[in-house]
Amino acid sequence: MPESPHRPATYARETAEKITEIKHLPPQGFWRKYVFSLDHKVIGKQYLGLALVAVCTGMFLSWLMRLHLANPDLAIPGLGKLWPNGAPGGVMTPEFYLSLMTMHGTIMVFFVLTTAPFAGFGNFALPIQIGAEDMAFPRFNMMSFWVTFLAFLVLVAAFFVPAGPPISGWTAYAPLSAVGKDAGPGQGTGQLLWAISIAIFCVGQLLGALNFIATTLDLRTKGMTLARMPYSTWAWFITAVIGLVAFSVLLPACILLILDHVAGTSFFIPAGLVISDTLQPHTGGSPLLWQHLFWFFGHPEVYIAILPGFGIVSQILPAFARKPLLGPRVMIGCMIAIGFLSYMVWGHHMFLSGMNPFSATLFSVPTLIITIPATIITLLWIGTLYGGKLRFTTSMLFCIGFVSVFVSGGISGFFLAQPSIDVYLHGTYFVVGHFHFVMGVAAMFGIFAGTYYWFPKMFGRMMNETLGKWHFALTFIGVYCIFMPMHYLGLHGDVRRYSAFTDEYMKGDMPLHRFITIAALFTGAVQLLFLYNLVRSRFRGAPASENPWQATTLEWTTSSPPPFDNFGGHHPVVTHGPNEYGEQGPDGSDHIMQTAPAGR
Amino acid sequence: MSARVEPVSTPARTGVWVGIAAITLMFAAFTGAMVVRRTEADWLHFRLPPILYVNTLVLLASSAALERSRARLEAGTQWLAFTLGLGLLFVLGQILAWRNLATQGLFLATSPSSAFFYVFTAVHGTHLLGGIAALAYVLGRARRAHGFAGALGAAALYWHFLTALWLGLLLLLTLQL
Repeated sequence: MPESPHRPATYARETAEKITEIKHLPPQGFWRKYVFSLDHKVIGKQYLGLALVAVCTGMFLSWLMRLHLANPDLAIPGLGKLWPNGAPGGVMTPEFYLSLMTMHGTIMVFFVLTTAPFAGFGNFALPIQIGAEDMAFPRFNMMSFWVTFLAFLVLVAAFFVPAGPPISGWTAYAPLSAVGKDAGPGQGTGQLLWAISIAIFCVGQLLGALNFIATTLDLRTKGMTLARMPYSTWAWFITAVIGLVAFSVLLPACILLILDHVAGTSFFIPAGLVISDTLQPHTGGSPLLWQHLFWFFGHPEVYIAILPGFGIVSQILPAFARKPLLGPRVMIGCMIAIGFLSYMVWGHHMFLSGMNPFSATLFSVPTLIITIPATIITLLWIGTLYGGKLRFTTSMLFCIGFVSVFVSGGISGFFLAQPSIDVYLHGTYFVVGHFHFVMGVAAMFGIFAGTYYWFPKMFGRMMNETLGKWHFALTFIGVYCIFMPMHYLGLHGDVRRYSAFTDEYMKGDMPLHRFITIAALFTGAVQLLFLYNLVRSRFRGAPASENPWQATTLEWTTSSPPPFDNFGGHHPVVTHGPNEYGEQGPDGSDHIMQTAPAGR
Repeated sequence: MSARVEPVSTPARTGVWVGIAAITLMFAAFTGAMVVRRTEADWLHFRLPPILYVNTLVLLASSAALERSRARLEAGTQWLAFTLGLGLLFVLGQILAWRNLATQGLFLATSPSSAFFYVFTAVHGTHLLGGIAALAYVLGRARRAHGFAGALGAAALYWHFLTALWLGLLLLLTLQL
């Protein structure tokens, strides 16, 4: 290994046990710098960019769905031109509604909630937070992003095939997802593209998880013991382990689904199945097998989406409460417990599959147990706020909002965990309200908190706080107006996946549906404030200092934005934990940096 | 560049261990699916092509050759090249096994048992091709410069895992098909 001129020889000796090779040289030229970059910071931003495109697409689809739900006869201008089969004259068919729902769910869960909090922020911040120059395998890292990007293109291509996107939901239940075009529009090529896209996505995320784990284990700088690791790093690491297990199971499931589709196998398609008056030429497959494989991935996926949010909130709350996080070891222990338990509860998505009631109890109990670490974590956050010198920055507000929506969504989880109650509620809007709060909105609030927090580090400029606070306040009100009423709709028997509630016995719920639609349009429009703030701050924002939030972790010891190798040729030596707020620092400040001189 | 002692834990080695975990889980899902699917009436029992046992010996020999190559790093890279050759021979043998099944009229869609056979061998073979690429990379590095023991160690770990995985799969296929 060539000796770096910036690196003192003593350091080289000290780290002889731990290789921290310079993985690659500073990039030359446009393509290496911005497109096929090996730099984890650029890759992180690419992931966030992809998530931004995906979230705009997903939200646009939800607008179309909500418009249709509020007025099922509404002709949406232009829709008929774009999809003459799905929306003749601009009025969407029930099948087209289902295809929008499928694509909304798939795009949001995979390409927003998995990419942004984990791959996006994790890629950007994890190596800097542990004092590394880059990820352990920069080439795999680059591949991880571009493979994910390819997966997104393949998925979106389903919009442009003649029969349109699949209609089987983001869960793609077999056998209707496996038999092909007999099962409805989009179930042929569209569904196949879906399965291929998700298989590719799995490969990308496995490469990412591999990098996160190896980097965290092997590339920590001197003094960065596990106990001194920032909580966000802990969360990304645990998420990577969960992701490794989850995507390793989803990938083979998708391979088998693809084979059922194209090769005539019968993994998931039972014998004697007649669909659209056609006897399917398959024998003996098990549709339940798909559900088991899918939900063995699917439930941990919820934690892949939300655990990075836990880490981000645990990192940001103390910085703006000027007070150490309460019970940091308990917090990490709870996150590990959640990760472990997340693999024991997948059957609670299948209470309606006709499973033995004893099996249902077996899945119900760990589902209730998992609420214990989640509740402890929530209490630790609230305890951290108690008695703090709170600074209500936008980032802080989104963290507090995160706690709020996580609790609101979590409480409905207690009900759904009971098989007897779930049998009634599972197919209704109650579940839609529940998971949008606890997984969707909470994770989004984590993403917003992270964006407002790390934007200065990413681009060297501050975001506009006034716009940010408006963004928070209006979004916070908006999401409660959208998702809270859904619980009542569900209790009232409104079935999710119905494209219209015009039947006599459901008509009475239409005003509430219209209210939700108005709230959804409003909340979506509010996001334009965020987009404007993002773009404007990128070019016109006030210049950011090295450490604008007076935070303690390593990313705040380097310039904003950090140099190519993160620390300008020197390696930070860590002497303190990430949690030392409210203590007199060496420079008279109220916090101690992780790299502050030792001996205090 | 001077030769130096390779540390016990390197990112490459950790990475291979993580990869091993992922591949093991993937096959756990595949074999789990097989165990579930096997209970149905359409499960067709058939004899495995005998060439599989020859292939198994070839793969075991490749692992042995790889260890010999690691023990005699100073003596040159011929054992490493030999390992690579045996790896390719194994892949060729697996393709012959497929042809053997096809001549018996057993294709991917014939029965779930044949489907699982093709899927297992194809996925294992794909990973083995990755191992061949890794060995070829190490071989290329070894011919250019010293200091490749770490990369070779990581590649060897991966290779031996694939050998062990194949033994496990063969046992399972013998018992289940």
